[in-house]
Order: sequence, then C-alpha cells, then structure tokens
Amino acid sequence: MKNTFKSLLLLGSILMGTTFCDAQDLDLKHTMESSFQTKGIASADRLNQDENQMACSALVKGKPQINAKLKAKIEKSNLNSVAYPQDGVFLGNWREGEKIAQSGKGATWSDKADDVNGGSCYNCHQLDKKEISYGTIGPSLYNYGKMRGQDEAVIKYTWAKLYNSKAYNACSLMPRFGHFKLLTENQLRDLMALLLDPQSPVNQ
Amino acid sequence: MLKSVLISLTVLVLAVGGTSRAQSTGDEIAKYREMLADGNPSELFEAAGEELWLKPAGPNAQSLAKCDLGLGPGVVDGAFAQLPRFFKDTQRVQDLESRLLTCMQNLQGIDSQSVIGEEFGRGLRKNMEAIVAYVVTHSKGMKINPPLIHPKEREFYALGQKAFYYRAGPMDFSCASCHGAPNQRIRLQDLPEISTPQGAALAWGTWPAYRVSSGEFWTMQRRLSDCFRQQRFPSPVYTSDVTIALSVFMAQNAKGGIVQTPGLKR
Repeated sequence: MKNTFKSLLLLGSILMGTTFCDAQDLDLKHTMESSFQTKGIASADRLNQDENQMACSALVKGKPQINAKLKAKIEKSNLNSVAYPQDGVFLGNWREGEKIAQSGKGATWSDKADDVNGGSCYNCHQLDKKEISYGTIGPSLYNYGKMRGQDEAVIKYTWAKLYNSKAYNACSLMPRFGHFKLLTENQLRDLMALLLDPQSPVNQ
Repeated sequence: MLKSVLISLTVLVLAVGGTSRAQSTGDEIAKYREMLADGNPSELFEAAGEELWLKPAGPNAQSLAKCDLGLGPGVVDGAFAQLPRFFKDTQRVQDLESRLLTCMQNLQGIDSQSVIGEEFGRGLRKNMEAIVAYVVTHSKGMKINPPLIHPKEREFYALGQKAFYYRAGPMDFSCASCHGAPNQRIRLQDLPEISTPQGAALAWGTWPAYRVSSGEFWTMQRRLSDCFRQQRFPSPVYTSDVTIALSVFMAQNAKGGIVQTPGLKR
C-alpha cells in the first residue's frame, strides 16, 4: 500500500515534470522562496515569475534558450497589451526626458512607494553625446530620431518599445516601463521627445 | 603597517578629491589600486579581524582559533581559496560567512540568528566582516580551488546556475542582465561576465573588497545583497541557500583564477 502510494507520487512528479518543469526547478522555486524576504517596497512576491520571465529563464545546456513559437506568442501578447495615449499626444518635453533618462531611482527596497522613478536610460544607453558616463548593455541611441524621422510607424514603434520592450524581443534585457507602471504616461511622452524631437540633444 | 595605511588613506583622499570627472573610472581606479598596493585600507579590517579570531568571546568565552574552515581546526592559510564546499558536520555546502557562523555558534555559543538578523556594518555582523577580511587575506595570491565532488556541491552549482539566470521583479532582471555578456558596463562601471572563467575570476577573485566610495569593507554576502537590491528583488537572507548556490557557481567558474582579495573597489 505504502509502495503504491510512493509510486503514485513518483508518477505524479514525472508527469508534472514533463508537462511543466523538471524536479530541479521545483527545488529552485523552494530555494528562492526560502532565501528572500520582503524589505520595504520590495516584497517577497516579486520572486513569482510571469510567463515571460519564466520563458526567458529556462536553460538549455546551462544557457537561457526560448523556442521560436513561444517567443512569437509572448511578443504578440505583449504588443497587444500596449496602451497608447488616448489623446494621441505622443511627444512631451525633451528637457524633462533628459532628467528621467539620467535618474536610476525607483523600485528598490531603499526607495519609497511614492518616489518618482527614473528611466535608468544612461545606465545602458548612450543618448546625449555630451554625457560621457553611459552604459553599453543597450545600443547607442545617439541620433535616434535624426536617423528614423517622425512618421507614425516610428512613433508607434518607439512608444511600444518604451512601454513594453518585450513586444519586439521576448527576452530583451530592457525593463517594461509602461507594463509594470515604472514610468507614467507623461514620463514616457518626455522620453519620446528626448528620442525624437529634432531639438533634443540626442538628435544634434 | 598602520602608518602605511594612514599614508595610503591620505593619498586616496587627495586622489579622489583632486580628480574631477574622470575620462574612465576604470583607469582611475586602476591608478588608486597601484598607489594603494602597499596599503589597502582593508588592512585595518584585517587587523581587527585577527584580534577577533584570537579573542575569547560569546557565552562560552572561547576564541575561533579552533574553527575548521575546511582544512582542519585552526587552519586559516589557504582556507578561503577552497570555499565554498560541503561540510560533513553540518551536512551543508557553506561559504566563508556561513561557515564562520557555524564556528561562532559551536565554539563561542553565539546564536547564528543574532548575526543573520543584524544589518551589514553593525554589531556582530561588523565583527564578522572583520574576521572575513582576516581569513581571505590568508589566501591572497593562491589559486581558486573549491571542490566539486560531493553531490551537494554539484546540486548547489546547478541551483546557482539557475538562480543566475532567474528573471523576476518589476524590471525583469536576473544576475545575467548585467553579468551575462562580455565587455558590458553600467554607466562607466565595467561588468564581468560571470559565466566565463575569466569574468568569474574577476568577480569572485576580487571580492570581498574595501569600497572607496563608502569607506566600508564589503563581504561577498554584502556584494550579493546589493546586487539583488539593484535587481529590484526582495532582500536575500544572510547566508541563505541562494547566496551560497550563487557563490558556488561563481567560485567553480573562477577555478584556476587567483584570489586577489581583499580587493579595492570604487
């Protein structure tokens, strides 16, 4: 009887394993949950992955790998969830945008819930050429607007990229600023202006 | 030694104050490192740590002089270079800090929870940091050579690898977001690619370190904790399994590299 029960458990875990994830992943989940605790606004439930995060964390031979079908599905659902400005105003003030791009504040356990978040743009991208302290994880955005112009397709693409970077690349390293409400609609408008306004230092 | 440290500190203050925005932070830090090669301020922490190692403390009024860090009771030379590893007595894979907790508990009678519940840089945790400085200095220049034999060590490596690529939180970040590709930087800070032997040796081999910007000595546990803060994750519990699994992942990838701790960081 006891053995039957054991076999059933084993069978159950094999079935679970083939359908969802292998046994080691269950260990990972357990390890993560027992290893972290809520601190300030960074609550323990941040460890719970959404479908997108889970798909981009899955390893094949020790490296993350996502299959083409799942990648396309995730990109489609992200693109469909992008909220475009209802009033049709996509561009704000590039001066404000530059401040947002400079600020790396927000969403850590040492930040407050009502702090104004930054976009951390310079952490990873070159923008204004005068700012020499820029990171290289993302591509240079210097002359972004100058090279692309300002037609509707460019504007909509850029908005969606800022709002939800995974709409175009499921495992992009860039945060989903609109999707996770890291930046407000107005802040996104200001970043749009920083990228696209001909007067912006990005386009000089 | 104290004199050389003081001189170095003066040089450091002058250097920091005298340099306006550097062309490359990396170059400037390389210069500081050269200047301070004879007197890394970590020496102050190391000296305090040596005292704490030898001094009777805790409810049992015992020193740590019989602490077994993996090479036998009381052996400090080379001990850090072979950590993390599996320990038979605790049946756990342990990094330096969790192993020291075991010694404090078993030899001195100090409740591990009183260190785990403390903040970095305070109280018993501050003592721990000094002891870490003392121990790692006694592996300086040696080859990084932790074992990967026991099944638990292998299990922790696999867990660490998965944790390294685990994306979560409001910014979708994992460790690999910053440390998963070559030649990347955030602002001007160079980021080692920890999945490669060379990058792992840079990361694992140069922490713990003295941080010029804060004047603090940061252990690997503290380094990891601040990485997770910036990853927008919840706070890792001191010496929790994920921190040790990541340490195994780093140290194994770094195998064959050189222990350069205590390092000197911006």
